[in-house]
Amino acid sequence: MLKLSDVSVHYGRIAAVQHLSLEVNKGELVGLVGHNGAGKSTTLWTVTGVLRPSSGKIEFDGRSIVGVSPDAILRFGIALVPENRRIFARLTVGENLRIGTSGRKDRRQAETDLKKMCERFEALGQFFDRRGSTLSGGEQQQLAIARALLARPKLLLLDEPTLGLAPLMVDRVFDILAELKQEGVTILLVEQNAARTIEVADRTYVMRSGGRIAFHGTQKELANVGDFETAYIGMAAGD
Amino acid sequence: MATAVQYILDSIAYGSLFALMAMGLALLFGVMGLMNFAYGELIMAGAYTMYFTRSYGWLGMIAMTIIVVTVLSLLMELIAFRPLRRASPVTLLITSFAVSYALQELAWTDVLGIAHRFGATIGTGPQKGVAPYPWLTNQFSISGVLISKLEIVTWIVTIALLVGMTVLLKRTMLGIQLRASTEDFRMAQLVGVRANWVISAAFGITGLLASAVALLYLFRTGAVAPDIGQGPLFVAFVGGVIGGLGSLPGAALGGFVLGVIINILNASLPFKLHSYNLLFAFVAVIAIVVFQPDGLITVRAGALVRLWRRIRKPIVEGASA
Repeated sequence: MLKLSDVSVHYGRIAAVQHLSLEVNKGELVGLVGHNGAGKSTTLWTVTGVLRPSSGKIEFDGRSIVGVSPDAILRFGIALVPENRRIFARLTVGENLRIGTSGRKDRRQAETDLKKMCERFEALGQFFDRRGSTLSGGEQQQLAIARALLARPKLLLLDEPTLGLAPLMVDRVFDILAELKQEGVTILLVEQNAARTIEVADRTYVMRSGGRIAFHGTQKELANVGDFETAYIGMAAGD
Repeated sequence: MATAVQYILDSIAYGSLFALMAMGLALLFGVMGLMNFAYGELIMAGAYTMYFTRSYGWLGMIAMTIIVVTVLSLLMELIAFRPLRRASPVTLLITSFAVSYALQELAWTDVLGIAHRFGATIGTGPQKGVAPYPWLTNQFSISGVLISKLEIVTWIVTIALLVGMTVLLKRTMLGIQLRASTEDFRMAQLVGVRANWVISAAFGITGLLASAVALLYLFRTGAVAPDIGQGPLFVAFVGGVIGGLGSLPGAALGGFVLGVIINILNASLPFKLHSYNLLFAFVAVIAIVVFQPDGLITVRAGALVRLWRRIRKPIVEGASA
């Protein structure tokens, strides 16, 4: 569904991502883990059209999406739940949800979906008319996920959805991800919490600083990589 | 007493004009970080349209003015600002100066020969004017207070536009998209808001506001010249800054307050000092900025919030005890 081939991204002269190749197939939950600053977020910003790759190909459903504007890429079916959630603080919860349907033409169905979303995430229904800024971190994360889902994406990108959340909320977010996977939503999950990610993901890519892929594989395959244990899971399991 | 009431009523009408203008400026500033100094030229274009179409009857004149100003605003975006979508606010600011001067010079020189076609000369001849409509500007008396229909029309139009803007921003999808773009443009795009669409819409709306200001302002002053947009723009800009360009109601209130101050100075300063009324107004502004650097309105709002908390606190504590 999504295929990055030999993609490099530069900030000026600094390479943030180098020769990255990555593939997400329909119905899969793919993890992308790595240290802070490894280039994970940059990868997502590039897929969503905010950044332009300096070289390489990005294909979605067989067509190139390099140089396409972010709002058009959303219409192709890629929605992002960004780092730090970035909900609209001055808009109400309801408005935050409604704006998630901007890319859709089926207005009636969108309204129905919006109501369903409020039932699914109870906090959102409860605080429907409150400003986004008044929600707790966990509620904001649910809002950000719901907002992205309301675009009815074929592929959902999540950038560190558990960052800064209380342990209970972290569990909740991983539960939501497992549910979405059950429902057949294709997901690319970027996380620092490597252990949990590898657990839920079908396959996981491990990124090293400088945006190169160090390892890639299923939970079992990754467990067999000796170095991996100490370098990544060890660190992440510690917290 | 009657005179004082009269001043106040007239000041409200005058201040309303700047509330509308400041709101237009704030909308563009919020959505795309553009401080549009070419906004005054929309008023100028409106004034000339009124002058050229003065024989069309007042309805035709109003319709033409609204159309010309709104279209000009949209063209401004398309030609001057769209290519600079990713530019810094400073670049946008300088561009807006360029557009402003270009349009003014165009009016001075009459390059396109529009004026001649309408049997007039611009720049070379005396200042043009839109003849007053006596039924609109003549004052009538309500228990000793003189008001004109124009004042009443100005209030009604302003209130209608403010209500319309509020409904648009709060109740429609476009409004939600505009507000979201004001807060986080990039994120708005990532949830599917079309950048070109919201920015064009913002320019369209500001064009509409500018046409209303042009009509009400010109019915009031009657004078048409290439640089007539500059004065109102300056007042609206400073008013908007006082109120806070980050918020539409704040900017509108700031524009309104400054407009009222200027009008009161206009009426109360001795004749000799008349031409210096802006000087006094801006000295007041400097004083506000020096002593209340966060602006008048935010200070007020902050005080209200503190007061509200003080009122609520005992109730909450009492409930828990």
